[in-house]
Amino acid sequence: MRFVDEYRSPDIARGLAAEIAELAGDGHHKIMEICGGHTHAIYRHGIPDYLPDNVELVHGPGCPVCVVPAGRIDDAIAIAFEPGVILTTFGDLMRVPGGQGSFLDANSRGADIRMVYSPLDALKVARRNPDRRVVFAAIGFETTAPATAATVLRAAAEGIDNFSVLSNHVLVGPAIQAILDAPGQDLDGFLGPGHVSTVIGASAYEFVARDHGKPLVVSGFEPLDVLQAIAWLLRQRQEGRAEVTNQYTRVVPWEGNRAALRAIDATMEPRATFEWRGLGEIPWSALALREEYAAFDAERHFTLPGRRVADHRACQCAEVLTGRLKPWQCAVFGTVCTPENPIGTCMVSSEGACAAYYHYGRLQLGRDAHAAPVPSP
Amino acid sequence: MTQQPEGAETDAKTEASGETEAEALARVARHRERRPRVRDEHVTLAHGAGGSATADLVEDLFLRSLANPALEAREDQALIDVDPGRLAFTTDSFVVSPLEFPGGSIGDLAINGTVNDLAVSGARPAYLSAGFILEEGFAIARLRRIVDDLAAAAAAAGVQVVTGDTKVVGRGKGDGCYINTAGIGVLERPVELGARFARPGDAVLVSGPIGDHGITILLARGDLELEADLESDTAPLHRLVDGLLEACSGVRCLRDATRGGVATVLNEVAEAAGVGIALEETALPIRAEVNGACEVLGLDPLYVACEGRMVIVVDAAEADTALAALRALPEGEQAARIGSVVAESPGMVSLRTQLGGTRVVDTMAGDPLPRIC
Repeated sequence: MRFVDEYRSPDIARGLAAEIAELAGDGHHKIMEICGGHTHAIYRHGIPDYLPDNVELVHGPGCPVCVVPAGRIDDAIAIAFEPGVILTTFGDLMRVPGGQGSFLDANSRGADIRMVYSPLDALKVARRNPDRRVVFAAIGFETTAPATAATVLRAAAEGIDNFSVLSNHVLVGPAIQAILDAPGQDLDGFLGPGHVSTVIGASAYEFVARDHGKPLVVSGFEPLDVLQAIAWLLRQRQEGRAEVTNQYTRVVPWEGNRAALRAIDATMEPRATFEWRGLGEIPWSALALREEYAAFDAERHFTLPGRRVADHRACQCAEVLTGRLKPWQCAVFGTVCTPENPIGTCMVSSEGACAAYYHYGRLQLGRDAHAAPVPSP
Repeated sequence: MTQQPEGAETDAKTEASGETEAEALARVARHRERRPRVRDEHVTLAHGAGGSATADLVEDLFLRSLANPALEAREDQALIDVDPGRLAFTTDSFVVSPLEFPGGSIGDLAINGTVNDLAVSGARPAYLSAGFILEEGFAIARLRRIVDDLAAAAAAAGVQVVTGDTKVVGRGKGDGCYINTAGIGVLERPVELGARFARPGDAVLVSGPIGDHGITILLARGDLELEADLESDTAPLHRLVDGLLEACSGVRCLRDATRGGVATVLNEVAEAAGVGIALEETALPIRAEVNGACEVLGLDPLYVACEGRMVIVVDAAEADTALAALRALPEGEQAARIGSVVAESPGMVSLRTQLGGTRVVDTMAGDPLPRIC
């Protein structure tokens, strides 16, 4: 595939792997990839095969679906069962279990929850169904927030009065702060998220190096991006530096996307606190619609149950999301909790650490299988 | 008749026609014998009620397109002659949105799906049934196109649709048109194929590019605002199977890779035979358009449905012969060897990535949902 194959070359990967092994030396390096997109890419491409044992990757909280608390899913489902409501959302959210099942389960009980590919499509649904109340359950970090913001602005400009947004937008900075503040945290550096940084810019992470002395390299999602970013992190470690650098310059501007940030700022404001699955309440970590756009705020149109749902007793998503446990170290991984029947959100999204590991990584015994080369046809 | 209409003009008109009563009745009889035409523009509940509207629909749409002696006998069942031996028997139901898409329609799928389920057993597909469930209000012109597609696909696959059924459900109770087909195939070769026969060392082949159908359907729904020059791969596989079995004696199993794609089929094989399957990402035949759409949507082409592709497990010694036999036919032109059966990791499918790493290719949980956030 053009523009992609260049970033998947095994020859260059071998070169980077040798560089990583050398830079890693004898020490142990615990690196957190914050973003679920990286987790997915790491397993999907088999990147761990290129890393020495003393370079350890741990998975962070950067999968927006994984950090949605179950109570928030229940809130959305409660809205969906209000008379005349069509709830719309991204496919990512359809299978996430709430306290009383997922959106797919709700549909089987008679709710009308539809998958859309963009919030603007949700607005189309509202235009086509003037006698229904159309709600968009928004999800995502600052990556998808600008699209939600643009949709609210469009709805306001067109005077559409049957459309509203249930905002579950979260902010990546406060989540990293919470990880850094967690007791017993022993991370040596971070792979910085790629997509979200196209909006907020690499400069948004400067506090990580400045206040906490940890290096962070914003990385792209192709395998060579990830390997190069790891090499850059290790080089900083070797040289005793802790800086924020940008490996993903082909997409990420240092200062971010001003127009996108303006759209977010015009329509949304930080919430004083928001519950994250696994991390608990984090101050100023999520976005709600501003008062000026109250007309498009589902939280003001509907009464939400707002119940906190305790995680399943055996679920250790919290430990996995904060990098304290590897997916396979969770007691219910792959037995009670599987992609078919997830009890924790890390198992739901393909970007969740547990699902990524379950789908792609369970290959401890299988590496030799490829020793016998397949003759070219 | 209890009452004459005003003016009692009936007699006057009869007289004006200049016919005797017998002549008039003969004319009516001739009219009734004429092949009926459906004049309605939309399917109504009457078309499923079993009366004359149903008969008209059957005559005009189904019998006209699917003409064959067994069907035209118009009995409640088809009587067919078969030689003693083994038969293959299968059924499949077809629901697809949209009903028509680049490269085919539900009519093509309904034939090819059942033909392929028969063909991969090594049988020659011979006779099919077709059951239609139509929604009130469905356009007759559209139904006619679908039936024509179905008839053309049956002709191309060399099968006869010998029995059928039509039901109509009320508006809003169906999705336009559902089709069920069942089929009978005749095993003319003494072959026994099955996933359980795969053994370490065997070669794994695929008969053509994967994922075309699934991505075509996704794009044809139109809500992605993505466009690609792609067509569904819906096609009958019976000729490929025939050529393959003619050329090779070491074919272990054939599976058409429909729902769940190639990955799902291979996981079934790995499980049934208690073997591992090791794939090479760089050997997978995938069109650039399919790869690109999958990349954008966060889908894996290995899980995307095909409707005219099969996975072949064959004795490695015959891998090249098998590839040559497949590539000799246009529908197998891009056949490729994609991996091997191995003893390691029984029950699992693994993939050496383009990068050179390894990963599991797992069975899928539910429908693949596009990733956005």
